[in-house]
Amino acid sequence: MLKDITLGQYFPGNTPAHRLDPRTKLLLVVLYIVGVFSAKFVISYGVMILTLIVCARISKVGARAMLRGLKPVLIIIIFTGLLNMFFTPGDPLLSFWIFHISRQGLRLAVFMVLRIMLLITGTFLLTYTTSPIRLTDGLEQLLNWMKRIHVPVHELAMMMSIALRFIPTLIEETDKIMSAQKARGADFESGNLFQRARAMLPILVPLFISAFRRADELAVAMECRCYHGGEGRTKLSPLRYAGRDYFALAAGVCLTAGVMVLGYFGF
Amino acid sequence: MEPILQVQHLTHTYGVDTPFERSAVEDMNFDIQDGEFVGIIGHTGSGKSTLIQHLNGLLKPTSGRILFSGRDIWAQPKKIRDVRFQVGLVFQYPEYQLFEETVYKDIAFGPANMGKTGAELDRCIRNAAEFVGLQPQYLDRSPFELSGGQKRRVALAGVIAMEPRVLVLDEPSAGLDPEGRESLLRNIRDYHHKTGGTVILVSHSMEEIARNVDRILVLKSAHVLMDGAPGEVFSRSEELLAAGLDVPQITRVAMALRRRGVLVSPAVYTVEELERELLALRKGGAGC
Repeated sequence: MLKDITLGQYFPGNTPAHRLDPRTKLLLVVLYIVGVFSAKFVISYGVMILTLIVCARISKVGARAMLRGLKPVLIIIIFTGLLNMFFTPGDPLLSFWIFHISRQGLRLAVFMVLRIMLLITGTFLLTYTTSPIRLTDGLEQLLNWMKRIHVPVHELAMMMSIALRFIPTLIEETDKIMSAQKARGADFESGNLFQRARAMLPILVPLFISAFRRADELAVAMECRCYHGGEGRTKLSPLRYAGRDYFALAAGVCLTAGVMVLGYFGF
Repeated sequence: MEPILQVQHLTHTYGVDTPFERSAVEDMNFDIQDGEFVGIIGHTGSGKSTLIQHLNGLLKPTSGRILFSGRDIWAQPKKIRDVRFQVGLVFQYPEYQLFEETVYKDIAFGPANMGKTGAELDRCIRNAAEFVGLQPQYLDRSPFELSGGQKRRVALAGVIAMEPRVLVLDEPSAGLDPEGRESLLRNIRDYHHKTGGTVILVSHSMEEIARNVDRILVLKSAHVLMDGAPGEVFSRSEELLAAGLDVPQITRVAMALRRRGVLVSPAVYTVEELERELLALRKGGAGC
C-alpha cells in the first residue's frame, strides 16, 4: 500500500551518530562525497568502503536497511554498469558477437557502480540517523550566512519541515479518498494510459482541495501564535557543537584529505 | 430466508510480520437479514471501520469469509466491483471526496461506473437527490459552493444513486449541527422505509442508534460484545457502561429510578416508553 513508501526514513536511536550535531553530519556528508569523487583506485575505494561500514556500525544501521535504500536507483546502477562495461574502448578482454568488454571498461564499470552505491548509502546514513526536524534545523543554521545575500533561509527551512511533516498526512488522505472512490466503483487498474490518467482525477481533485484547506488552516494557526518569520525567533533547543562534533569533523577532514592524497599518488 | 450478508469467522490483522502487528477484527460472526436496519456501535479502535470496509470488499479478510446473498464475495476477485455496487459504503466525512464540476455529475459517478446511461442514469440521480432532500435546483451547482451539510447530502446521494441493496453509513451525522443531524437521519429512515433496503448505521452516539435501528451490534476491542434489539442491549446498560460505552439519557434516568426503588423496566430507551412505564406503575399503585 501507499503507506509503505519510505522517504528518507529516520530510524530513532541513541548512538553516537544520532547524538552528533546535524550540522556536523551535513558537513561530514559533504566531505564524504568529496572523498568518494576523489577516490580513483582500489586502495582509496577500499578506504571509503571501510569508512562507510564503520559509520554504519556506529549508527547501528543493519546491512539490509542500508541496501534497501538502493532499490529505487537499481535500474540506474545496472544501466551505468552495463554502459560502461560495453562501451569503453580499450584492451579487449572478452568479445562475442557485437559485444566487446575491455579491461578498462570492466574497471570503469565496477568503480562507477561502486561510486553510485557509496554516494547513496552514505547520504542515506544521514537521514537514517537524523530526524527531519533536526536536519532542517541544521541546514538552516549552516546556510544562515546566505541571509546576507537575501536568501530566505529560515522560510525555506520552515517550508521544508512543513512539507516533511505533511507527507504522511497526505498519504493517509490519499488512501482514504481512494477507498471512497473505489466504493463508488472507480477503477484504477484497467484501461490504457489515457484512461488511467483520467481515472486519477477523482483522487487528485479532492486531494488538492484538502491540501489547500490544510494549508489555510495551518497558516491561520501559525498566525494565531504570532509567527512572523525567523526575525528574532529563539529556539527551544539551540544547536551547540560538542567535543564529539569537533572530533568527528577533524576525522572527516583527515580522511578526505588522505583519500585525495592517495588518489593523487595513484593508489 | 437467506441472510443478505453473512460474516463468518472474520479476522483482519494489520501489519502482519512487523512489530506493529495488531488484529482490528477478530473472529467476528453475524448475519444481516434483507431489509434490516442495523446499528453498529463501538469505541474508536473497536474495529468498526475495518469491519465495514470488509462488507464491500475494500479490505480482504486475513481469514474468514463474507457472504453476500450466499456467495463468498472473494470467490471471484475480478468481480469485486459488482459487490461494491450492491453494498454501498458511505465513508466518514464523505464530502471530502466530491470532485466534479456539478452536483449532478458527482452523483452520476457511481451509477455511470456501473454502466448506466441515458434516462436510467438520470432517474437514479434524481431519485437519490430526492432521498437525501436535495432540491433539483442544486443539481446544476458546483458542489464546492454548497454548505457542509449540503455537501454531505450530495456525497450520500452519490452512493444511494447506485441503488445498492445494502447501504452502509459510517458516522453520517458527525460534525453536523443538531438540526442537520436530525434531518439527515430522518432522510435515512425514510430511505429505509421507502426502498425496504438494508441499512447499516455506524455511530458512536447511542442516542442516534437507539432512535433509529431495529438491531444493535456492540463492538469492543475487535469482538462483538452484544447483538440484539435495542431493548435487549440497553437492558444490559451496566455492562455497556463498564465497557466504556454510553447509554441513552433516558436509560440513565431509568437506571437512576431503579436505584431509588422505582421499578421501571431497565430496557427503556425513549421518552415515550419511560412515560408509559411510569404511568403503568402509578395505576398499579406500586412504586415508591
